[in-house]
Order: sequence, then structure tokens, then C-alpha cells
Amino acid sequence: MTLDAALPALLCLPFAGGLLAACMHRRAAATWLTMAVAAAGLLLTLGTWPAMAAGQVLRWTLPWVPALGLDLVLRVDGLAWLFLVLVFGIGLLVTAYARYYMPGEDRLSRLCALLLVFMGAMTGVVTAGNVIQLVFFWELTSLFSFLLIGYWNHGASAREGARTALIVTASGGLCLFAGMLLLGQVAGSYDLDTILGAGAAIRASAQYPVILALVALGALTKSAQFPFHFWLPQAMSAPTPVSAYLHSATMVKAGVFLLLRLWPVLAGTQAWFWAIGGAGLASLLLGAVAASFQRDLKAVLAYSTVSHLGLITMLLGLGNGLGAVAAIFHIVNHATFKASLFMAAGAVDHETGTRDLRRLGGLYRAMPITAGLAVVASAAMAGVPLLNGFLSKEMFFAVALTTTQGPVTDVVVATLAVVASAFSVLYSLRFVVGVFFGRARDALPRVPHEPLRWMRAPIGLLALACLLVGMLPAATIGAPLAAAAHAVLGAATPAYNLAVWHGWNAPLLMSAMALVGGCVGFVLLRNWLNRHDVPAWVERFDTRRLYERGLAWLTVDLPAALQPAFPARRLQVQLRLIVLVALIAAGAATWGATMRFGLAPSPVDPLFAGLWLLGGVGAIAAARRAKYHRLSALVLTGGVGLVLCVSFAWLSAPDLALTQLVVEAVTTIVLLLGLRWLPKRVDEHSTPTVRERVRRWRDGSLAVLAGGGLATLAYLAMRHPVADSASRFYLENAYAQGGGHNVVNVILVDFRGFDTLGEITVLVIVALSVFTLLRRFRPAPESIGVPRQQQLQAAVGHDDGVTPMVEDLRIPGLIIKWLAPVVVMLGVHLFLRGHDLPGGGFAAGVAVSVALIFLYMARGARWVEARLRVAPLRWAALGLLIASATGFGALAFGQPFLTSHARHLALPLLGELPLASAMLFDLGVFGAVVGATSLMLVALAHQSLRRPHRGDDPETS
Amino acid sequence: MELVLALAIGVLAGCGVWLMLRPRTFQAIIGLTLLSYAVNLFIFCIGGLRTGADPVLRAGAPLTQYADPLPQALVLTAIVIGFATTALFLVVLLASRGASGNDHVDGPDGTP
Repeated sequence: MTLDAALPALLCLPFAGGLLAACMHRRAAATWLTMAVAAAGLLLTLGTWPAMAAGQVLRWTLPWVPALGLDLVLRVDGLAWLFLVLVFGIGLLVTAYARYYMPGEDRLSRLCALLLVFMGAMTGVVTAGNVIQLVFFWELTSLFSFLLIGYWNHGASAREGARTALIVTASGGLCLFAGMLLLGQVAGSYDLDTILGAGAAIRASAQYPVILALVALGALTKSAQFPFHFWLPQAMSAPTPVSAYLHSATMVKAGVFLLLRLWPVLAGTQAWFWAIGGAGLASLLLGAVAASFQRDLKAVLAYSTVSHLGLITMLLGLGNGLGAVAAIFHIVNHATFKASLFMAAGAVDHETGTRDLRRLGGLYRAMPITAGLAVVASAAMAGVPLLNGFLSKEMFFAVALTTTQGPVTDVVVATLAVVASAFSVLYSLRFVVGVFFGRARDALPRVPHEPLRWMRAPIGLLALACLLVGMLPAATIGAPLAAAAHAVLGAATPAYNLAVWHGWNAPLLMSAMALVGGCVGFVLLRNWLNRHDVPAWVERFDTRRLYERGLAWLTVDLPAALQPAFPARRLQVQLRLIVLVALIAAGAATWGATMRFGLAPSPVDPLFAGLWLLGGVGAIAAARRAKYHRLSALVLTGGVGLVLCVSFAWLSAPDLALTQLVVEAVTTIVLLLGLRWLPKRVDEHSTPTVRERVRRWRDGSLAVLAGGGLATLAYLAMRHPVADSASRFYLENAYAQGGGHNVVNVILVDFRGFDTLGEITVLVIVALSVFTLLRRFRPAPESIGVPRQQQLQAAVGHDDGVTPMVEDLRIPGLIIKWLAPVVVMLGVHLFLRGHDLPGGGFAAGVAVSVALIFLYMARGARWVEARLRVAPLRWAALGLLIASATGFGALAFGQPFLTSHARHLALPLLGELPLASAMLFDLGVFGAVVGATSLMLVALAHQSLRRPHRGDDPETS
Repeated sequence: MELVLALAIGVLAGCGVWLMLRPRTFQAIIGLTLLSYAVNLFIFCIGGLRTGADPVLRAGAPLTQYADPLPQALVLTAIVIGFATTALFLVVLLASRGASGNDHVDGPDGTP
């Protein structure tokens, strides 16, 4: 069906637009793009209306892991449709507003990109047809709201507010994730339609209370409900367009959207009534009272948002169908008037330079149009007749009178609802009268005047919507509301009447009481409110302190208390424990196992035994000398490495021998470069104390145990017959499928190419870490000075401070210089033959970087860099790109990632050549290894250059 | 041959563990190198010892004629990663030495 195909476009459009907007350099371009995307999204959504009007559900599925029930499912019904209109429509208006609101020097590409991506995340939440997918987008909205609230990240309050919002909403999101997993388990599927159909079974299951608690935690944190409401007032340090978008129409509405989405599944129980209804009622009252006491315009709006969301949550908590309809209606109404009020507050702030209610007044003279629009929007917020807020509030009163929980609850809920509405009238009046009427003030930071037309237009459109819906409800919102209500309630949708006049009845009386009460309260309390701060008893309900104390305990006190309990401070203790645990684990695993000596021992070659006699002696000597004689220990270790290399060659593994040889060379050079910065140590031959003896004996026995255990294990394993392993497959298929004779290389670049891709990525990451760490390297004070050897050379006049070795090593230097191109050729040779003969990208890459470091050693860094442009970062990046591009290339032919292709090509002059795409992959490996290795070597070698320039000034280095 | 290699692995591992438990950073780095030699050799030997086997495919040779390629591929990867770890460790060692003024593994908390 054609309409279904619109869904992926809806979801992808904002994300693609966000990527594009991030690259825009001009304000106009970024905002036009954002508006175009929002408008396109809005038009696409409106285009799907015929299906909504017919009561259909649009679905679009992309199978991903069907076995786990994880498919990408996009699903739009009436409820999602209504939210999509809000997300795109208000997004469009907010962007138009932001273009003129944001300070002139900001290019807005970041704001637009973030707004668009947030829009995409919201679209993802409301169109999710799979609950895991819903949680994914849910967390995305938390993440991007963090970035948007902290948009002015130079301000401490913005960072603080963003962090609080992220911690609260993302933790709620994690709870929601757990809840959704449970929900999916009980329902047997993560598909939303299946879950919606399994409502009765879920409510009856034993896990229902847990699911309800977890889902409620997610929804209540997101919608800023008591006791998690504190993040919303703190988030007011966001730019006003962001508040107008996130904190009126989208982010905070995600919570109530979720409650509506799962309403057919979870609602209607006593637990639901008390958890959701209770939180809603508390937020409704608390928000309304707290809003009345605020002085900052945006703080008034933030607390009033808490209050109105509380109203919606409470309506949902009541658990009857009419409540759900009223909730949907109020969601739309609240989005329109609150977004316009946020924008009006922003316009006042923009034109006067302050948001303090006590400093503002009489602005209707300077800004008559803005004043008129703000009056309409506030009246809607207060619930004045002929405006949309009145209608939904009437429905709210009607529902509050019939809680189905008994007459006492009815009376209490209804009374509290009237009280909260009276406070809502009070703060609306305070907002409008305090800012626009009364005495005009002179001492404003700026001389106020009417804002630009484009800043007023979005406010005007939304105020117009308030009026239209308020006067002609059935003609405007009737059909979409019916579609949304039907999507939630299905056949159980109750009859409701959207007329402006319902006759003389109880809800009308309650409305009148609230209006009169609010006006009287305002007249009585007005001056008192302007003179006093927020009273202490209101502050007491502020859970922010609790949150801050909890956070401090979790991140500071608890770790501090736990630290002494674990021996985490000393590395040696940790290592000893690791070795001990490994010994015990290995012992326990092999205890009592019977071994078969299936293979006869092969005859000992005396030469081989002699070789390892040398190796063993070298290792022990290295262990003895590593403390005081580092250079000789290093040489001895290198010797052991060479013995290892010969053994590999001896035992039919030339590839290993080759790699071991080149890696050995590079490791030794790296360690040699580091030796210079270590403190001098002199062997004093003092007699060890008793404690030292005990420690040595203990470590020595651990070492003997570990070595002996490993030796025994190795011996037993070597005598054990080899099982038929995967090797057989590789041997049989290396040529047939990989097109190479060197099986080891084919395994690395073809069969297990994905592992190798990961490995070279690790290598490059390590090289980057080395590079970054060395840029910040501060040598110890005593090793900054010129080494003794160079001092002596300077005394005989050979040292120019930069290329100290040149004069003294003239002949070796010359040989090395001539040798370097040969080593490069060796590298190329190793690479080219790698697929069929011992060699390959790894060995070749290391060999080439050895050639490079040879040049550095022979002629000094300056000489090399004056003649040769070494760009290790580019090599590494290019290598990784080639390797991944080879992998993705397979996708273009419809094959899985990294599938290789081999073929023999007959070329003129060269004859028949084996060519495999794995060769290209090996080229990537080669590039990455060259880049990573030379990056490390060059970074280390450069440390010797720091002395002549900047070594004495650690701050600049 | 098996005995020689097993003893070699044991000696290398023993020296490596001993050095890793020492207090100086340079001892620890040499210890890690020796230990990784031991482990590489161990993994390699698990595949069975073959002298004079063919490492590269030849036309017509039976499968039993070849050295086991699987442990070789594993060890080849391990050698390269081992080099990366050593380099990273060296730089951390240098940074710790510069920041704390001594070369004890526990940095400023260790005895100089």
C-alpha cells in the first residue's frame, strides 16, 4: 500500500536533515532546511489522514532478527498520527521562531541539527511498533534533550540542568527497558500489536506489579511527575525555543504518550489507579501551587507544565475511557497554549532583557500584539470559556466526579481538582497581568518594542488554534480526537460531547468556582507574592535535594566506603591475587583428570635443546637483571625472542617466525626509546631485610608454581592426540574459496577477516592513545637534562643538539641509510607474496615501519622529516578505510560483509595472476599496520626533540 | 622435543610471573613480554609439533602433510596485539614516571 511506504520516509527524514544541517554554515540555510524538513514531515503525516479517518493502522516492517522477535516495525494509528502532527507542526513553528530569537552571532547549525535529530527520535518513539524499538528512541530523546538543554554549554546552570535531566530521564528509560522486556516475555512477543492484544493476560500475570512499577518509573520521569518533577524547572536554562519544543509539546509528552500507548494493556487495576492517579494528582497540586510563587517567567511555565501534565496523568490514572479521551484532548490543548506561552515569554525576555516578574509591567503599550496573543494563550491555560483549555478542563471535572472508587474519593478528588484549577487561574493571571498590565517600568535592561513579525507569527498561529478549537471544537479537533481515542480504546470508546455548551451542570459550576477563586486569590495575594520568596513549606516538597544527596552518596560516599574493603590500591597485590586465582582455577579444572599419552614423544634434536638452553638461561638472566641493568635485560629478552623465532621456523611455521622477527625488532626499538626517561638505578648490593626475603620467597614460589603448572599442562597437551579441529576445513578450502596457497594468511584476511579488521582497529586505537599520551608527556625533572653521553660528545664539539649520533656513527649511519630502501622493498615483497607464500600485511607493515625508524636512528628526526613526509595518521586511516571498504564492497554484490572473491586473471606481459579481493583487504591491513607502528615509533622518537625547544617549559609542551 | 618445549614454556612463564610481581615498572614490562612468549609458544604447541611439514599448499599433497594453520593464525594475531600492548604499557609507564617522579608500579604511593 502506498501510504505504508510513507512511514520509513517520515522516520528517516529528520535524521538525514539533521546530518545535513550540521554541515550548514549559514544561519538562513540551516533554519530553512529545518523548516523544510518539518514541513515535509507534517505534509507526509497529513497525507496519511485518509487511512486514519478510516480507522486503519499503517504498518511497515523490516525484518532484522526475527528469531529474537526484533524487527524494525513502524506503526501509525490515530494516536501516533496526532503526536506526529504535534512533533512536526510545533517543530516547524519553533524553528521559525528560533531563527529570530537566537543571538545573531550563532550560526544555528548545531541547534538545527539537534532539533532535527530530536524530532527524529520523537518520531521514532511515537511510530514504534516494537517495544524495544520504542525504548531505543526513548533513550535517544533523553540524549538529545541533554544536548539541547545544555546548548549554551558555557553556562554552569545549563550544564547542571542538562545533566540532571539526563540522569533522571535516562534512568527512567532503563527502568522502562526492563519493564518492556518483562512485558514482552509475558506477552510472548515484543511486537506492540501482540502486546496490545494480550492485555487481560498481562494484567492477570504475577509479574504485572513489577511491569507496572517499571513502566510507571519510565513514564513519570519523562513527563516530570512528582517526585521526579525537579528536572524540568532546572532544564529552563535551555534556550527558549528548545523549552517551547521539548517542554511543552514533545519530550515531556512522551511519558503520557507511553501511558496512553499501554493504556489498553496496563490500565484499569487498583495498582494503576493509585500509582498513576496518585502521582498525577500530587503533581497537579504541587505544580500549580509552586508555579504561583515563582518570579521567573519560565519557572512559572515550567511548574505549570508539571501541573498540567499531572492533570493528564491523573486523567489516565482514573482508568475509565472518558478519562483517556480527556487526556488526549488536553495533551493537544496544552501543547498549543504552552508552546505559545513559552515563545511569548521568550519574546518578552528578548525585547526587555529580563524574565523577572517583579521587574516587568505595563508592556502592553510597547508590545500590544504580543500582549494580546499572550492573553489568549494564558486564558486557555486558565480554562476560560470559548478557549480550548476550558473544554478539556470541563471534561476533566466531569471525569473527576466519577472516579469509580467510591463517593469519598470522588469528593476529595473533585475538591482538589477545583483547588488546583484555582491556582492555575491565579498563576495565569499573575503571568499576564504582571507582565503586560499595570504600571510601565523604566529600569528595564532594554527599551521594549514589538518583536519581529516572524517571531510573532508562530505565537499567533498557536493562539489562533486555541481560539478555533475553543469555539468550534467538533469541526476542528473532532475527527482527529475521535481517531486517536479509537486507536487507544477501540470498540470501548465512550460517547462524549465536544460542544461548547453542555448546559447547567456540575462541571460548569466547578469551572466557575475555580475561575472566581483564582481571581479572588490573585487580588488578595498579588502584592504578597511579589514581596516574598517561595515559602519553605513549598520548598519542602522539592525532591531535588533528595536527588542531589542520593547522587553524592552514590558517586562519592559509597565508593569511598567500599575502597578499603577491596585491596584495589596496590598493583602488586592485585597481580598476586590474579596469579593465585589463575593457579587455583587451573588446578581445580585439571584435578583428577586422566590423561592419555596418545602420541609417542618425538626424538630430541640436540641442536634444538641447546637452543632452548640458551633461551632459558637468557630468560632467567633477564629476570635477574631487569631491576638494575635495564639495557642488558632488554638485550637478553630480545635474544629469547630470537630463539622463539627460530623455534617457529623449526616447527614448520615460517609465517610466525617472520612476524616474530619483525615485531621483535620494533618492540626492542620502542623499549630502547623509552629507557632514556627512566630514573637511574645503581646496584647497591645491600643485604635484603627479612620482609624482602619473605616477599621474594612468596613471589618466587608463585612463579615456580605458575611455570611448573604451565609446563606440565603443555607437556600433557602435546602428548595428547590432536582432535579433528577446524584446521581441516581451512586446509581443504583455502585455495578453493580463498584463492591462496598460504593457509595462515588466507585465514587471517579471508575466513576470519572480521577478527582481523577488529585487530587492526585495536592497533590503530592503541597508536592513537600512545600519540595522545605522549603529547601530554611530562618528563621527570631529573631526566630532562642532556644525557651523559651527549654531554661528552658536546665536549669534543660533535653535538649540534639535534643529530647527535651522525658524526660518531658515520659508517653505521651510512649503511643504515642504504639499507632502509632495501627493507622497504622487503616489506613490499612480503606483502605481494603474502597470499601464496609466507608473508602478508602484518609482517610487511611492520617491516616498512622498521625501515622508517632506521632512518630516524641514523640521521635524526629533523633530517628525515625535512626530506620525507611521514603521515602515519593518514596511513592508518587509509588502511582502515580500505579494509572496511573491501568488506562493504561485498554488500554491493549482495553478499554478507567481508565476503571475498578470488579469480585468476590473465594479463598481458605479466601472464596469469591470482587476484583476490582479500588482497585488497590485506592492503588495508598493511596500511593500518604501517600507520599505527610508525605513529608510535615517531611519537616516541620525537620526545628526544622536546629538550632543545620546550623541555624546560612543561606548560607549553 | 615435547619435553624441551614444555620446559621452555615453564621457564619463560616462571620468569614472566616473577617479574610481573616486582615493584618496578620496567621489570613488569619485561615480565609481560616473557609471559607473552610463553603463552604464544603454548598456544602454538597445542596444535601438535611438526618438523619439516609443508606450511604452504602444494598440488597433490595429502592433508596430513601440512602444519596446522589454526594455532599459527591465532599466535600471529597474538604477537601483533602483544606488541600494541607493550607499546601502550611503555607510554603509560613513561607518563606515570613523569607524573610521580619514580618508577614504582604504584606511582607516587610506592616507595621511590
